[in-house]
Amino acid sequence: MNAEQISGEYNFAYLDEQTKRMIRRALLKGLAIPGYQVPFASREMPMPYGWGTGGVQISAAILVPEDRFKVIDQGADDTTNAVSIRRFFEKVAQVETTEKTAEATVIQTRHRIPERDLHEGQVLVYQVPIPEPLRFLEPSEVETRKMHALEEYGLMHVKLYEDIARHGEIATSYAYPVKVEGRYVMDPSPIPKFDNPKLEMAGIQLFGAGREQRIYAIPPHTQVVSLDFEDYPFQRMKAPKCCDLCGAGESYLDEVITDDAGGRMYVCSDTDFCRERREAGHVGALGVAEDAA
Amino acid sequence: MYVAVKGGEKAIDKAHEWLDEARRGDPAVAELSVPQIREQLALAVNRVMAEGSLYDPDLAALAIKQARGDLIEAIFLIRAYRTTLPRFGYSLPVDTGAMECDRRISATFKDVPGGQVLGPTFDYTHRLLDFALEAERLERPAPEAGAAVHPEMPRVTEFLNKEGLIQDEVAPAPAEDQPDDLTRQPLELPAARPLRLQALTRGDEGFVLSMAYSTQRGYAKNHPFVGELRIGTVGVEAEIPELGFDIEIGEVVLTECETVNQFLGSKSEPPQFTRGYGLVFGQTERKAISMALVDRALRWKEFGEDDKGAPAQDEEFVLYHCDNIQATGFLEHIKLPHYVDFQSELELVRKIRREADEARHQEAAE
Repeated sequence: MNAEQISGEYNFAYLDEQTKRMIRRALLKGLAIPGYQVPFASREMPMPYGWGTGGVQISAAILVPEDRFKVIDQGADDTTNAVSIRRFFEKVAQVETTEKTAEATVIQTRHRIPERDLHEGQVLVYQVPIPEPLRFLEPSEVETRKMHALEEYGLMHVKLYEDIARHGEIATSYAYPVKVEGRYVMDPSPIPKFDNPKLEMAGIQLFGAGREQRIYAIPPHTQVVSLDFEDYPFQRMKAPKCCDLCGAGESYLDEVITDDAGGRMYVCSDTDFCRERREAGHVGALGVAEDAA
Repeated sequence: MYVAVKGGEKAIDKAHEWLDEARRGDPAVAELSVPQIREQLALAVNRVMAEGSLYDPDLAALAIKQARGDLIEAIFLIRAYRTTLPRFGYSLPVDTGAMECDRRISATFKDVPGGQVLGPTFDYTHRLLDFALEAERLERPAPEAGAAVHPEMPRVTEFLNKEGLIQDEVAPAPAEDQPDDLTRQPLELPAARPLRLQALTRGDEGFVLSMAYSTQRGYAKNHPFVGELRIGTVGVEAEIPELGFDIEIGEVVLTECETVNQFLGSKSEPPQFTRGYGLVFGQTERKAISMALVDRALRWKEFGEDDKGAPAQDEEFVLYHCDNIQATGFLEHIKLPHYVDFQSELELVRKIRREADEARHQEAAE
């Protein structure tokens, strides 16, 4: 099917206007109660549940023709599912797309927050697999909703405590739970806990879980605290290396296996951040200067 | 030297081209047409319509062709298409009592008014491969055309109801006439029975079958009799506000199953039979019977029965896991890259091991 065919057969950004309104109402409620999971009547999308349908529905509901849209998966613009989602919106919404974090108005992400700080007016849309931070402690949705309503988060603290007793530290490295504005414990989606401090930002953060039919949000400049204990404070974590391409020491790194003799290199997971640095002349241990390349 | 893995777009295009080619198979073999699938793989078409929640045999046949016969993929195609359709209104409840039945059997009575009608069933066939079917264009003798008879077929369970032997199905109060719509509202628990039935009728046939089977084997056992199973055509009517009266807008084939279950009575109720109900698009009898059994198991609270902790009694468990489109999507998403999460797990495991190692060395040194 080519782009003209699809765009002629479906409404702007795929969803019909009624559905968009329903999603926008859920988004507004979510922004009004930061961290609270708002049930919404998630629709079947033309990509599978678990592949970003929650994020896609939010993007579809908020995109306007003037937007510049960026999609990342694992921090990268060129991973297959990011490509697929970007193409979908190029087809059904004909919005301009970009790989540059600084220029995007809406960024849909899976598993990362861009390294570059977002500015006011930018929207970060997260794809969420399991929105319930208490789910791995209590499988029943009926129970966990009750626990949130009563602010009954003791179970979570017991879990974190048991981690420390067993491993000497909190053994959660991604999807690390946070408390939003002193009220709701929230799952920040499976971002590495390295990204948690960036959840307090100037941009608007919207979270969509399509299969689980939940939307939640963090308004700009909202307090977001990673759960911890006074004597075991929250710790960021990344590979203790620098990017081998751009030399960055403060960015989150992916480990890439380069041969079968245990050789490996480390590269920025945020491909746009890495590109920007290389273009500015930074060169890592295994990198090549931009002008020479 | 590491080269950033670019070219995802190109790889996707090539993969999809290959898929197209694989779908067609050997070009020396004639291509399947959509009408052939619709007519000759009708039970697959029925399943796709039922679980896709869209009654359109042509679209379902097209989806099966596009999905290379993967029925869950075909159901997914239908569901994704269905989302984009505008909703004009809701039909009136169909009158399955007035169904023109192709098949209608009761296991509870030897004969019933209207008779036992076997219809096109696999029952009592010997499951022997029919090699004659392999020879194409085989002329089969046309069956003697009997006159189509559609006698009155009153509902079997109503005979029991007249005696008060079976629990009465209470009609919803006029205010609740319009049940919630699973495809338009988020599922919230506890779910009313209409919502449970909606979830079951579009639920995965295999899942619903296994849940039903588990109740037969003893997990919330409640021996069911097939009070009646009927398959046939019913008219669908809708009220057109501009006209001010109801008109028939089409016909659908449905399978309906009512089970009669034992119930020993409780403190407030005399012993009485109870019911389970299944209603599914198309000729889908395994699914309809399974649905009736699971429906009955989920009604334990209503009848004051014990919670035996059986999976089929657990509304949240059944309703949250019966949808194969949700299940397959989430299951298969683990194929997507997870290297960012994995990297942080890797760092964590290395760190904990390092610390444990150091502690051990220190102990040894002391």
